[in-house]
Amino acid sequence: MAKPKPARAPKPDPAEGQKRSPMRRGMDTLIFRTMAPYLTALMVLFSVFVLLRGHNQPGGGFIGGLIAASAFAILGIAQGVSAVRRALWFDPTAIAAAGLTVSTLAGLMSLAADVPFMTALWVFPNIFGTEVALSTPMLFDIGVYLVVTGAITTVALALEEREDD
Amino acid sequence: MAANSIPLEALEKSMVLAPVPAAHWLVIAPPVWCLLLGAILIMVRKRPGLQAWLAIPALAALVLIDAALLFAVTREGPVTMVMGRWLPPFGIAFTVDLTGALFNLTGGIAALAGGIAALGDIDRTKRAYGFYPFLLLMVGGVSGAFLTGDIFNLYVWFEVLLISSFGLIILGSERAQLDGATKYAILNLIGTTLFLIAVGILYAVFGTLNMADIAAKAPKLGEIPPLMTLGLIFIAAFSMKAAAFPVNFWLPASYHTPRIVVAGLFAGLLTKVGVYALLRVMVMIFPQEGNAYSLLIGVVAILTMLTGALGALAQSDLRRMLGYIVITGIGIILSGVALGGQTAIAGALFYAMHSMIVMLALYLMAGVAGRMGGSFSLHDLSGLYARSPLLAAITLALFFSVSGLPPFSGFWPKAMLVKATFDFGAWWQGGVILVSGLLTTIAVMRAFALGWWRMPVSGTVEPARIEASEAVPLVGLTLLSLGIGLYPEPLLALAQTAAAGLLEPTAYLHSVFPGLSPLGGPLP
Repeated sequence: MAKPKPARAPKPDPAEGQKRSPMRRGMDTLIFRTMAPYLTALMVLFSVFVLLRGHNQPGGGFIGGLIAASAFAILGIAQGVSAVRRALWFDPTAIAAAGLTVSTLAGLMSLAADVPFMTALWVFPNIFGTEVALSTPMLFDIGVYLVVTGAITTVALALEEREDD
Repeated sequence: MAANSIPLEALEKSMVLAPVPAAHWLVIAPPVWCLLLGAILIMVRKRPGLQAWLAIPALAALVLIDAALLFAVTREGPVTMVMGRWLPPFGIAFTVDLTGALFNLTGGIAALAGGIAALGDIDRTKRAYGFYPFLLLMVGGVSGAFLTGDIFNLYVWFEVLLISSFGLIILGSERAQLDGATKYAILNLIGTTLFLIAVGILYAVFGTLNMADIAAKAPKLGEIPPLMTLGLIFIAAFSMKAAAFPVNFWLPASYHTPRIVVAGLFAGLLTKVGVYALLRVMVMIFPQEGNAYSLLIGVVAILTMLTGALGALAQSDLRRMLGYIVITGIGIILSGVALGGQTAIAGALFYAMHSMIVMLALYLMAGVAGRMGGSFSLHDLSGLYARSPLLAAITLALFFSVSGLPPFSGFWPKAMLVKATFDFGAWWQGGVILVSGLLTTIAVMRAFALGWWRMPVSGTVEPARIEASEAVPLVGLTLLSLGIGLYPEPLLALAQTAAAGLLEPTAYLHSVFPGLSPLGGPLP
């Protein structure tokens, strides 16, 4: 669910940034404005990596979500809040809510398996000759990732928002 | 795959291997249902028209789930489900006994009534701001707090309901609301921080956070210093949430600012979560420490009752008066907790349930009165009887109920508590319950005389209609209070059984640790 974002995020933004008067924002330097979309894309990609790595190693949904939220915050500082909102496509609050839904449903999957709530269930499908381990804890963690991304991005964008945005 | 490589004996010691009966899913159903629906409602935040149509059926379904859970608990005793299959005390347990199920059902009914009343009270713009999602999430937090069997998990649910309540209290973002919300937020944050500190010390002492595990281990430690201190911190934390004297000032200072439905839900639900936590911790988990502090709780109860009743007498704003009446009710419940013993605890439980229903109804009534009279101030409010006799009848019924006059629901728990105090020899406590009842009667009848009976202060009186969204929850709750008052036996019996279960939690402990020996302590 999180993957389409890095591809989409930087696209509409450079043009948006150039339209604005340079006097408006303190952080509005040419270097920062040019670099921000690439930085954001890299950070979102990295956040997905941290999320998936988190099952057995340091990382996970919470920290990944924080990295993704800071990526969007950087984009917001560089190009204004409305650019981020357009790039995200969905309302950040709705992203958080979708994450909560995903996590809850991940817990409810154990209903079908006749085991208590939130019991870890695993499947090992063979995709292109590689055994991929998929599990409900991972789904839960993706939900956490979305909740944190959505909630912190909502807060960050509200703080960065100006009257004219 | 990984599970197959571990020998079965090792698995048996760490995991629940038996299949889960469907009834056990009811234990976690209320919070999970609320969180799921709350999340869906946030996703459709931009469509306020759709929100109510999703939220109200969801709340009705919640009441059915809660009722089914209560039925299951009355049939087979406390029910436990551990998260993620890990055996307690390592897996987080949700354990529901009769007390939790009763609180949970009453809370669900109050939430449904509040959801319906919000149709009229919360307009579309404020609904777009997120009334229903916050309501669902708050109710999820409340029911999670009533149902969990793990004390740290209880703290987490406290946070869930607090954060959602912050969202509800500032709905509309008016100046007065932000002022009230600040007081509310700071006091509650201090309360929950104290709670968290207490949980930390508890973990250091016992090495476990499972309530049943602690309850089984606590008698062996006895009245040692850390437990007494711990008990005091818990009492302080929960009193702050419940708005007991001397930390009650935040309630009347903030509850008159939000929308009337929100104030009613807070008055009905949130203070009772503090009471519930106090009952669970000081009566079930630490009975010895609870007994040792019974004099302290008793004095706090008396002062809470008196400040509440006197405060109610002194107010000229209908909503502020109700805020003080909430506090009186908390004092009455606390006096039951202070006494201990089955009748007193049963009376406290019964009163808490009565108070959840009647306080919400009173706030909703005040909302209608304020809309009809154009003001909440008793200086301006007048001639409401002429405007709407139906509202006057409902008001009178609710005022009787909250003062503890028969035939309404407030009478029985008060009678039980007064009887318990006199049986116990604590006549002064029983006397204060009666005096506070008298003062409350005077306060509400003064409001009735001024607002309803008095000839209109200015202008002519036009008959006013009660909207359907106001009438349905108001009449429903009033009839519920009347019904309980006229036919109290089932609830009385349930409250007695629930109190017995709190005082002698063997069944609760067995539900979590089926192999527990009768002397306490898990079998090897």
